[in-house]
Amino acid sequence: MRKPGLQPLRQKSLAKLGFRISASILAGALLALPGDAGAQELRNYTVVGDAIPLSLTGVAGDAARGRALVVERSSTCILCHSGPFPEQKFQGDLAPDLSGSGSRASEGQLRLRLVDASRLNAATIMPSYYRVDGLNRVGTPWRGKSILSAEQIEDIVAYLVSLRE
Amino acid sequence: MRFYGAIVVALLIANAAFAAEIPQAERRSGHSFMKPDTRAMQDEETANPGMLWVLDGETLWKRKLGAANKACADCHGDARTSMKGVAARYPAYDKATGRPIDLEQRVNSCRSNHQQATPLPYESRELLALTAFVARQSQGTAIETGDDPELAPFIAKGRELYMQRQGQLNLACANCHDDNWDKKLAGSAITQGHPTGYPLYRLEWQSLGSLQRRLRACITGIRAQAYDYGAPELVELELYLMSRARGMPMEAPGVRP
Ligand code: HEC
Ligand code: HEC
Repeated sequence: MRKPGLQPLRQKSLAKLGFRISASILAGALLALPGDAGAQELRNYTVVGDAIPLSLTGVAGDAARGRALVVERSSTCILCHSGPFPEQKFQGDLAPDLSGSGSRASEGQLRLRLVDASRLNAATIMPSYYRVDGLNRVGTPWRGKSILSAEQIEDIVAYLVSLRE
Repeated sequence: MRFYGAIVVALLIANAAFAAEIPQAERRSGHSFMKPDTRAMQDEETANPGMLWVLDGETLWKRKLGAANKACADCHGDARTSMKGVAARYPAYDKATGRPIDLEQRVNSCRSNHQQATPLPYESRELLALTAFVARQSQGTAIETGDDPELAPFIAKGRELYMQRQGQLNLACANCHDDNWDKKLAGSAITQGHPTGYPLYRLEWQSLGSLQRRLRACITGIRAQAYDYGAPELVELELYLMSRARGMPMEAPGVRP
């Protein structure tokens, strides 16, 4: 099942959004998402409720690498989020603080949040880090590529799970 | 993040994301988001680096050139009177092309048609100088762009571009500049994106830059394909932004971090 594009988001009625949200979370319950043909091959994953319970790579990620990725500017996380990164002078405040992520959400919920947050909230500004379809006018250097690789997602998930309050 | 909880939260957030456009009374120039020392740099003519371009522009205004051997001043006289308020009406409808043109394109059309000289590229020192000089003559004038009814369809197109999500990060201009202008993106203030101070001096650029340069930077920032300088889409965005800022005073050349 292919997700339709989100735009123009602001003109969509709430009712439609409500439909989209319930359709994507409720209707399928189990949805396998194939990667875009011709574009980067994304690995298949299965959404169960509001989570992706299984690792995208089949193995657990590395939390230390995950932390390094989260604070790296090119990953874009701390453009919007703050978190327990005292050494980082510039952090964003467009999004919740990442401290305690692992206490608030399960590993599978964090994985879906990273892979495609728009399935949880169609109006979210959080980018979908493991998705190549349904995007508009992507610049040449990034076209057909997901923002993060499956390995990077798993490393970040491992790190977020370790953030307990 | 429980199952139904997630849906309720999602709906609440979806609702908030429909926040209306910024009400007139709450509109603020990028100037008001800056630290006092950067504001002072813009406000004091002797400290504002953009004034160097304005001075250059004044020289160019009087210089005869092209096959016609005419200066801007030969047709327009003293810019202090003839150019007062002009930049506050741009982009304006151009009858010849049936499209809006920005100040840079107007300068270039005068160069081609009246001076018979070659057009200047965007971001060239001369074009920045001439546009800064012309824009300075509107210092403090309220923006009027968009009065001409011919512009309505182009404003609508610019607005559509502004509202449309794009790029690998899948963000719209409105996501930042309408919905999150009181927030910080990795430590830097997100402003309401009003184009009141262009061309302006960015400390980060170490130079003056046009509004199109700024728009291309935001577009690349969300990892979307930047339009070429002078592209109709960029002019439509400029037009929408200027009409969205109607009534706000012009402050070119601005200074930004
Ligand atoms: C452009 C803004 C933006 C970027 C970039 C971004 N996020 Fe988010 N994120 C949000 C917003 C806003 C929310 C709040 C819920 C929503 O809108 O879906 C959120 C929610 C979350 C949550 C759930 C937080 C909670 O307490 O419920 C986690 C975890 C998260 N983001 C992790 C990340 C990671 C890791 C990255 C980078 C790989 C990232 N985000 C990049 C905007 C962003
Ligand atoms: C992810 C957030 C984000 C998005 C999306 C974004 N911008 Fe920006 N924009 C910024 C930041 C940060 C700045 C620099 C601070 C400032 O000057 O506002 C900026 C600056 C600007 C300015 C200069 C304001 C000034 O006072 O000098 C304009 C105009 C502008 N953006 C327009 C746009 C347009 C048009 C789009 C869409 C094509 C867009 N932006 C998309 C974050 C964003």
